[in-house]
Amino acid sequence: MTGLHLTDLTIRHGDATLVSLTAKVAPGEVLTVMGASGSGKSTLLAALIGTLPRSFGMTGGIALNGVDVTRLPTRARRMGILFQDDVLFPHLSVGGNLGFGLPARAPDRAKRIDAALAEVGLAGFADRDPATLSGGQRARVSLLRTLLAAPQALLLDEPFSRLDATLREQVRSFVLDRARAQGLPMVLVTHDAEDARAAGGPVVTPLGVPVSV
Amino acid sequence: MRQGPFLLRLVPGLTLGLLSAPVIAGMAGTLSPAFGLDPLSRDGPGFAALISLGDWPGLWPAARLSVVTGVVSTLLAVLISLGVVATMIGRPGFATVQRILSPLLSVPHAAAALGLAFLIAPSGWIARALSPWATGWTQPPDLLILNDPAGLALVFGLVAKEMPFLLLMILAALPQTDAARRMTVSASLGYGRLAGFTLTVLPALYQQIRLPIYAVLAYAMTSVEMAMILGPTLPPSLSVQIVLWATEPNLTHRGTAAAAALLQILLVAATLGAWRLAELAVTRLLRRVASAGRRGAWLDGAFQPVVLILGLVPALALFAGLAGLGVWSVAGLWSFPDILPQNLTLATWMRAAPTLWQISATTLALALVSTGVALALVLACLEAEHRFGLNPSATVLWLLYLPLIMPQVAFLPGLQMLALSAGVQGGFAPVAAVHLVFVLPYVFLSLASPFRAWDGRIAVQGAALGASPDRVFWHLRLPMLLAPVLTAAAVGLAVSVGQYLPTLLIGGGRVETLTTEAVSLASGGNRRVIGTHALLQMALPAMGFALAVGLPRLVFANRRGVGLA
Amino acid sequence: MTQLSRRQFGLAAAFALMATGAFAQTWDQIVASAQGQTVYWHAWGGDPKINDFIAHVGVQAQARYGVTLEHVKLASTSDAVARVLAERDAGQTTGGAVDLIWINGENFAAMKAQGLLHGPFATDLPNWPLVDAAGKPAVVTDFTLPTEGYESPWAMAQLVFEYDTARLPAPPADLAALKVFILSNPGRFTYPQPPDYLGMTFLKQVLHGVMADPALLQNPVNPDSYEADTAPLWAFLDEIHPSLWRSGQAFPANEPALGQLLADAEIDIAFAFNPGRASAEILAGTLPDTVRTFVLAGGTIGNASFVAIPFNAANREGALVIANLLLDPEIQARAQDPAILGFQTVLDVSALEAKDKARFDALTLGPATLSPAELGPTLLEPHASWVARIGEDWVRRYGTAP
Repeated sequence: MTGLHLTDLTIRHGDATLVSLTAKVAPGEVLTVMGASGSGKSTLLAALIGTLPRSFGMTGGIALNGVDVTRLPTRARRMGILFQDDVLFPHLSVGGNLGFGLPARAPDRAKRIDAALAEVGLAGFADRDPATLSGGQRARVSLLRTLLAAPQALLLDEPFSRLDATLREQVRSFVLDRARAQGLPMVLVTHDAEDARAAGGPVVTPLGVPVSV
Repeated sequence: MRQGPFLLRLVPGLTLGLLSAPVIAGMAGTLSPAFGLDPLSRDGPGFAALISLGDWPGLWPAARLSVVTGVVSTLLAVLISLGVVATMIGRPGFATVQRILSPLLSVPHAAAALGLAFLIAPSGWIARALSPWATGWTQPPDLLILNDPAGLALVFGLVAKEMPFLLLMILAALPQTDAARRMTVSASLGYGRLAGFTLTVLPALYQQIRLPIYAVLAYAMTSVEMAMILGPTLPPSLSVQIVLWATEPNLTHRGTAAAAALLQILLVAATLGAWRLAELAVTRLLRRVASAGRRGAWLDGAFQPVVLILGLVPALALFAGLAGLGVWSVAGLWSFPDILPQNLTLATWMRAAPTLWQISATTLALALVSTGVALALVLACLEAEHRFGLNPSATVLWLLYLPLIMPQVAFLPGLQMLALSAGVQGGFAPVAAVHLVFVLPYVFLSLASPFRAWDGRIAVQGAALGASPDRVFWHLRLPMLLAPVLTAAAVGLAVSVGQYLPTLLIGGGRVETLTTEAVSLASGGNRRVIGTHALLQMALPAMGFALAVGLPRLVFANRRGVGLA
Repeated sequence: MTQLSRRQFGLAAAFALMATGAFAQTWDQIVASAQGQTVYWHAWGGDPKINDFIAHVGVQAQARYGVTLEHVKLASTSDAVARVLAERDAGQTTGGAVDLIWINGENFAAMKAQGLLHGPFATDLPNWPLVDAAGKPAVVTDFTLPTEGYESPWAMAQLVFEYDTARLPAPPADLAALKVFILSNPGRFTYPQPPDYLGMTFLKQVLHGVMADPALLQNPVNPDSYEADTAPLWAFLDEIHPSLWRSGQAFPANEPALGQLLADAEIDIAFAFNPGRASAEILAGTLPDTVRTFVLAGGTIGNASFVAIPFNAANREGALVIANLLLDPEIQARAQDPAILGFQTVLDVSALEAKDKARFDALTLGPATLSPAELGPTLLEPHASWVARIGEDWVRRYGTAP
């Protein structure tokens, strides 16, 4: 029962069916959803994270590690999300952003944050203003913040599309490797075939049609 | 059209001068009696007026009352508005909230206060609804609900009136705070709504709504109409006492009034300073809390219902009070404890009808002219800012909001004197000009954020297609910003319609508007007549808001990409 | 600059000539100049009945003299005073915004003392001989200050108390009985907060009743005996305040607010400076028809309402025509009609021509108005210095801490 299971997940808006998926994403595996803009990719992500507007009709189920999360609020789903932009909070330092992700009861907060930074090659960055970071550094901090919250799954909303070609590959393998290492099932939404190939898992459209990359 | 850009570059400076010059000059004129510098002074230059102010035994309680009611009502209004937004954001019904609130913005303070007073008085609607079957009262109980010494009724009235304004300001600013994604990120990390909003959205949001909050704080500390109707009278708040002194028949307290106005300004400045310090402390605290990683999910269960009730009660009270005034406008005899009048009559409306057309036309014309000019200036300023990369400094912003933050009684009498000295006769144009001073900051407040947030890539795209900056402005930016422009216009209309002191003082009484009429009738306390005028006063701006909401829907009926709030 | 001062000098000279009468216009000339003028009458706008009456005067002025009357509705008469003052300070000696002001008491005293009024004019009005200056001394004495023709009366007012017979069968007969009523019915009586005009009138009424020698009130305050003279007033107030509406912790703002409390049944006895107010409100359907009025034994304070013309009025001739029109028997009878205003006339009705006298005889008193005999003697307003001192002391004693 481990992993992320989508059972007949169907989302309609008006007469149009935007999403129709059944999938089992095992820990460390990536389900890649590909499609043109407006094809229902972001609708799927909204449904997974729990922010789908009520005007959309949703049927089917979402289960994470055996727990039915279909009706749970976002904060109770334990799914991390990475957006196209890093959404680092500009009013907090790098360390503050990571502290925001780290659960309150975690002991030795400062040490853990420093250690996490050091692990990704950003030792001593805790007091830095996020605005002074490069794109690649920001992406790493953003992922760290998500992972420090100990999610049970990771959703990726075209997180690499704003990065230039060299950085993109670097950041992509960084994100995928670390999430695999933690055994997180992943859903990657992208329109880029390169991303899909790198992810290595099954590739489908939001309507569940397999795509060959 | 070569000089076009040059002229455009001049607009921001011109606008600032237009706004701040009358305020600063008027203030000097108003305050000069405080030091015996006016021609009427009995004692000549000196500190006699300040001493007489110091001798007034009510000084300390009145000043304390102004500060306490101002700060408490502003704090409550801000907290409740933020709480409501945090609770409602991204949920269905959010747009409805906005649509319901907009017309409340146009309710004049005096009408709102009178409506609330009728609702909560011991002989008011609530007491009537419960009497005698639940309370056993056959005559109103002798309870000190209105004009209570602590100013609770006044605080309630101020919160009810300022909350809609703050909510609309927050809603206008939200799009630039990346609120939706920050809420999603914080929720995905396990944070509750209130905690997530406070720790991730609020810091960015507060930057945008800081000045509107200062305007609310300054207004709450210096409000005259609301304090007269709902506030304590033994002594009244400082602002009310200033008006009482300034309008005293024997003219001996003009100096004292000026000295008190000076004190009022200092109090407002000091309170704003203290508020700023508190902001800094709260910011530090919030950063600490954010870094500590506490999810605060329990806050939602505990506080969301409270926040919604706190937000709903004043809004409902405001609506009910206004409905009460509406009933009064058609009431015949209406004795306690009847919940409705014994008989209904159109007599009050018929009596008012002959003059209403003319007065409504004047009111509307003033509002349209002042709002039209304000819109043109604000758009020109913002376009100049965008084209020439101007970055308004903090000083500039303060100047812009000077008319909102400065107590009206502190500069309007001096301004009137100046206008007379300059040979300006009371008439339509001078009144429209002084309305502009108050309308413009509000138009700027509501338009600046959406204007700046407009996606610049569309302009680049347009320019790349060979469009001149003018063409980009007229054919791309302005049409796409139709909704916020109309909202700003509606706010401007409401502000203009609500002006009392400026219209009376600068118009020399010859420019009659619904508000001058309503306030002079309010001095007679006749609820029936006040009801008719309050309804009309609301109706004009409400039509504006209806247009602001409806027109873009019509124009862009088939364009989902044009954001409709 | 020189040109301006020369013009000002010329104007000043012209005023001086007019004031001494050397330049006086005949009434016919005044009426001729007034035709086509628009007169801005600054008058309190808080009562729709009065507003309607002024509108009617405007209709008559247009029909009879071709004068347009604009009622500038004020929240407070001092707004108009302040306007004239501001114009004077700004050097505007002509073409002022205010042509006519409804005024009396302190506002009049202040404007007269500041030289802000045109006049004397009142005794030169053609209708002046109809005014009952002998029988109603208040029409030429405003708060003990002789009007000297600087304002013209248009209505008489007297303090009367109002009560609802449905709740209070027998009203108190005198001041002592009123005190007993207040003490035995806590929360059912109050008065407007001084320095409001009606609130001050109540204090004056009480002072009149409790003072050892009320005749002193017609003289300026004697600082040496003031404390002793007014001690009974403060003793009276100290005694009743705990039993007032809201235990004396809040007071209504003015006459309309007090009237509303009676209509809302929050209090059992109110009072007004207009013997016809209750009748007019009953006829308008805003007070129950069980409301009646009473006066205190020994008489109540009475005074007159006036109109005055600022020194720089732009339409002085039109203003004079309006002031005269207000003394017209037809207009005066209309003002006294309880269905219209219920104000008492300033004219000597018995001396009027038969046709005009009939207009007054035809008036009914209205359901709640007392007959002239029942109204009893009118007490003259005290000297203005009493009002000032008592007002300040009231604020010091009660006005700053509930």
